[in-house]
Amino acid sequence: MNAARVRQKVAFSILAVVTLFVVVPILMTVFYIIRNGVGAVNWEFITQPPRNGMREGGIFPAIVGTIVLVIGTMLFSLPLGVLSAIYLVEYARDNFFTRLIKLSVVNLSGIPSIVYGLFGFTMFVLLLRLGTSIIAGSLTLAIMSLPVIITATKEALETVPASFREISLSLGATKWQTVRHCVLPYAIPGILTGTVLSLSRAAGETAPILFTVAAFYLPRLPRSVFDQVMALPYHLYTISTQVPNIPTELSFATGFVLVALVFVLNLVSIIFRAHFRKKKLW
Amino acid sequence: MTRKISEHIIEFCIKLSGLLVIIFVFLIFLFLLKDSLSLFGVYPIGQFLFGRNWLPISEPPGFGIIPLLLGSVYVTIGAIVICVPVGIASAMFIADVAPRPLKYILKSLVEILASIPSVVLGFIGIIWLGPFLRNTLHLTTGMCGLTGSLLLAFMALPTIISISEDALVSVPKTYKEAAYGLGATRWQTLWRISLPAACSGIIAAVMLGIGRVIGETMVAMMVTGNAPVVPKSILLPLRTLTATIAGEMGETVGGSEHYFALFAVGLVLFIITFIINFVADSYLRRARK
Repeated sequence: MNAARVRQKVAFSILAVVTLFVVVPILMTVFYIIRNGVGAVNWEFITQPPRNGMREGGIFPAIVGTIVLVIGTMLFSLPLGVLSAIYLVEYARDNFFTRLIKLSVVNLSGIPSIVYGLFGFTMFVLLLRLGTSIIAGSLTLAIMSLPVIITATKEALETVPASFREISLSLGATKWQTVRHCVLPYAIPGILTGTVLSLSRAAGETAPILFTVAAFYLPRLPRSVFDQVMALPYHLYTISTQVPNIPTELSFATGFVLVALVFVLNLVSIIFRAHFRKKKLW
Repeated sequence: MTRKISEHIIEFCIKLSGLLVIIFVFLIFLFLLKDSLSLFGVYPIGQFLFGRNWLPISEPPGFGIIPLLLGSVYVTIGAIVICVPVGIASAMFIADVAPRPLKYILKSLVEILASIPSVVLGFIGIIWLGPFLRNTLHLTTGMCGLTGSLLLAFMALPTIISISEDALVSVPKTYKEAAYGLGATRWQTLWRISLPAACSGIIAAVMLGIGRVIGETMVAMMVTGNAPVVPKSILLPLRTLTATIAGEMGETVGGSEHYFALFAVGLVLFIITFIINFVADSYLRRARK
């Protein structure tokens, strides 16, 4: 073996060891959450409201709250994100306006989640007088989710071959007919994957909902979109830092349910991707 | 004719959506600026930017941002020192060394890490990592800058690894084949050819990782000790810009100086992350060419 080969062996071994420093903590974290959380999760825990100052009972209102927020987020961010991406890919010319949109998307993706919280509070809670409510929280989370949905949709639209559009246009279809019937259907898998992924992030976010929707303790379910709700991430934050003498099993179990919910959403997005990739037509 | 009208309506909606994206960014900036200016009307901007005391409820109050800024800087430097070398090395391993099945498993694991909500990692920091560091390093408290740095480094890894790996994989095959043809080993090719060629993408990955660390709120608030003082060491409690907003907003009175000061902190965060993302994006675009 010559010196170069020995050096390669050493270098690759170092890279492998460093990679272990990433892999082992990830496995430990997941294992730690499952081992400590799964034992405390039972039927009562996921179907009952908290009792006795959140020291007993379940987290049902928080689960419902998070699901409601995810749905609300999707209702606002999906149409807006998809339409903006359609504009960028199908309609926009390379001009100042287009560059400004692209710059805005880049900027939105980098804004800290707590700054979204501040914005949502002044814009939706105060200025539009929506109060701390599901609708204010959903709108805040929706704006935060926009860059992921726009980027995913853009990439999905760009992979549809240009010939699809050319043929449709040459047959006399209008621009929108072309987009609607010959481009969008083939971009759906990519759009769905990106959307579900952005929703799984929204489900786990705490900072944007702190001042826009999250309720500290609200054992009943929301009656309208102008109600506050409890949410899983905020509930985990409050019981692990704000309320003394909470049994740690409850925190672990809440964390476990939150992670499980996020994993299910991620799994859905992975299944979409795999399923549609198999059926790819070109 | 109806077709024509509906076509116009839908095109209008599409253009409006594009416009809305710009409007949102503009509005976020405007709201932050408006409330910041309300603070600077009664509290000098110089004292805000260079003051060393963050004492929002004292009489007279101090809104010096330096302790918070240094808190963020300390935690971020600590995180970057850990996650940049580890992240780039793992990206190199995943891109060019690992056999295909292992590569797939590693990428899935990194995606799993990316999906864990930050509040869960903050909780693990409180319950396990903090006490663990206190006992092993004999600290007075485990809720300190270092705990935050470690967790934030962990959280920034998926960003750094996936973008760096993308950059390494998209180095043109011809470059590598030319190196192999000249008798270079795989390691020599990776180190001397792929890594320099992927440089722009890797710089972008690091920048985006830094942006993620500076902007992260929950972990910073839960594990760094909430002490708004000029930090003397990363082993002591401190407080970041993000944690200050999240922690104090609930206690302020709307329209008070304190309230406006938190928006000014938000404006500082907005400007910092805007610059970082702008630079990262220009490197990414260079990488794509």
